[in-house]
Amino acid sequence: MVDQEISESLEQHKYDQPDLMGHFGRYGGRFVAETLMGALEDLDRTWRELWRDKTFQADFDRDLADFVGRPSPLYFAGRWTRELGGAKIYLKREDLNHTGAHKINHAVGQALLAKHMGKTRIIAETGAGQHGVASATVAARLGLECVVYMGARDVKRQALNVYRMKLLGATVVPVETGSQTLKDAINEALRDWVARPEDTFYLLGTVCGPSPYPEMVRNLQSIIGREARRQILEKEGRLPEALVACVGGGSNAMGLFHEFILDKDVKLYGVEAAGHGVDTDKHAARMSSGRPGVLQGARTYLMTNEHGQIIESHSVSAGLDYPGVGPEHSYLKDIGRAQYPAATDEEALAAFRQLTRLEGIMPALESAHALAWVDKLAPTMDKDQIIICNLSGRGDKDIHTVAAIDGLEV
Amino acid sequence: MSRKTNRITACFARLQERERKALIPYILAGDPPGKTVEVMHQMVDKGADMIELGFPFSDPVADGPVIARAHERAVSHGVTLHDVFAMVSEFRERDNDTPIVLMGYLNPVEIMGYHRFVELASEAGVDGVLMVDLPPEAAGDLLDMLHERGMDMINLITPTTSDDRMAKICRVASGYLYYVSLKGVTGAATLNTADVEQRVNHIRHFANIPVCVGFGIRDGASAAAIGRTADGVIAGSVLVSELARYGSEGQAAIDRVASTIAEMRSAMDDDRMNE
Repeated sequence: MVDQEISESLEQHKYDQPDLMGHFGRYGGRFVAETLMGALEDLDRTWRELWRDKTFQADFDRDLADFVGRPSPLYFAGRWTRELGGAKIYLKREDLNHTGAHKINHAVGQALLAKHMGKTRIIAETGAGQHGVASATVAARLGLECVVYMGARDVKRQALNVYRMKLLGATVVPVETGSQTLKDAINEALRDWVARPEDTFYLLGTVCGPSPYPEMVRNLQSIIGREARRQILEKEGRLPEALVACVGGGSNAMGLFHEFILDKDVKLYGVEAAGHGVDTDKHAARMSSGRPGVLQGARTYLMTNEHGQIIESHSVSAGLDYPGVGPEHSYLKDIGRAQYPAATDEEALAAFRQLTRLEGIMPALESAHALAWVDKLAPTMDKDQIIICNLSGRGDKDIHTVAAIDGLEV
Repeated sequence: MSRKTNRITACFARLQERERKALIPYILAGDPPGKTVEVMHQMVDKGADMIELGFPFSDPVADGPVIARAHERAVSHGVTLHDVFAMVSEFRERDNDTPIVLMGYLNPVEIMGYHRFVELASEAGVDGVLMVDLPPEAAGDLLDMLHERGMDMINLITPTTSDDRMAKICRVASGYLYYVSLKGVTGAATLNTADVEQRVNHIRHFANIPVCVGFGIRDGASAAAIGRTADGVIAGSVLVSELARYGSEGQAAIDRVASTIAEMRSAMDDDRMNE
């Protein structure tokens, strides 16, 4: 019933999610211990005040232009389009941002917020290391102490980014608990924050976690969709038929989707990691095989067993290797506004190689999952139709992983 | 809502008559495997008035390394909520007075369903529930179901809880309030007794139920110090870390838990007599 009301409100060109308590329909919310409530209420208050503040907006716009290098180009992938023989494929080049991924967008915004709140210390979690690098970067620039929590397994598979963070002056703390990946890094960052809420700002790296993070990170990332919309109107004079983005926590996807939610003719595809396959026990396809539960502050789709224990996820890409998903994605799935297909490790690797050879662009393995879906989708569409795929990050960090799969050591 | 007197209310009434403070140990159900009920009885024998029984979750974000590792061990042994209810039922065969509060994270309860959880908890003989990651503003449904069955929902108050929130929490809280005496996760550093005293006295302006204090209580001296101001003293990490040595030390680990409880009990009671 609720879903129907929401579909109707989309018809009426309204999208007012989340509510003031951070609920996207039945998802989201603020499911944390009382120990964190004070810090979250402070953040929520300051965030709402600043987001409407003209000076903050001007500072944010300036940093996005001069420090991040925005706007990022919307690139027509001509050879790949011809190869697939269907829809025209445009790539939103977030890989060209400073530090090499979309993560810098919300990092710059949250850093302004941290500074405004008088915090002297930034903590962050990271999976692939891109958000850790972005956090270390903005901390260096503002002269703030930075501690990055990273699953011990990810520390190994993303060695290059670990070293980048250290060069930037950050302390990288390997997390040895649980599955030693992104989920456990978030747990550890939350534990740190509880102990030092006065001087510490938790720079969360995706649209997950307790309210206000899902909304705040989405809004800070929505620059992606605003630019893409303007750029496609300039180049093609009309909106695309489909948007495609990979979904780990889901920040790059929400950043691209948000501006188009009311354009019901624009299909939204969030691509999850199918790992070895959704029918195996090694994947991160929460939407296809998970169910709603509560993890790390929000109600959302999760990989959980029948006793409520979180199941370990798997993906070749550290950034998609997470058993939860941003609550707004759960909501968009349930109301049918977005679809969430999955791409396997193998399909993502094939797409990684294909884009590298055809377009001279080496994508991050996370983004390669979105490309793998474009590879299936484009041939089913007409030549005058348009897809925009978010190329959320560059692949330099993954060269060791790909080389290892090729049996090489570099 | 009219509610019958449950074991928690009865327990505090008994303690008040005897001018005694509540000693409330926390252990994690299923760690070590197969020993929980025995440990519970031993703790009661040595002077525990009430038991907080943790149920395992794979991602215990509010817990420090000691209790987090206990969760990991219990999850890896496959301990489920059903197993925890079975432990409570078994405990009740010999002890029908000592209140039991289940403490844990929301996801296992969400997946089981609130209704079923409350029904099974009530049948097993549980008296209260403390959901770490369920704030009072989101607790509505679960709270109503617990109250219908005469069970309490125990709430946390922390050093950073504002007066507004404290008032909100005290409106829904029953049984007792759990004041977290330190910033941070469970098992964090030592505590400042004067701060705790000031805070507990402040909480009493809002609360008409007992105020118990946890975090940082590790021996007789700290238990006695907190017992001077609070209505109850909650000890967790120290016991869980003693039980963690069961794997290498066997029964000696359980004996040590019993003697820690005995030490806390006598320190708290001596302290009352010296006043």
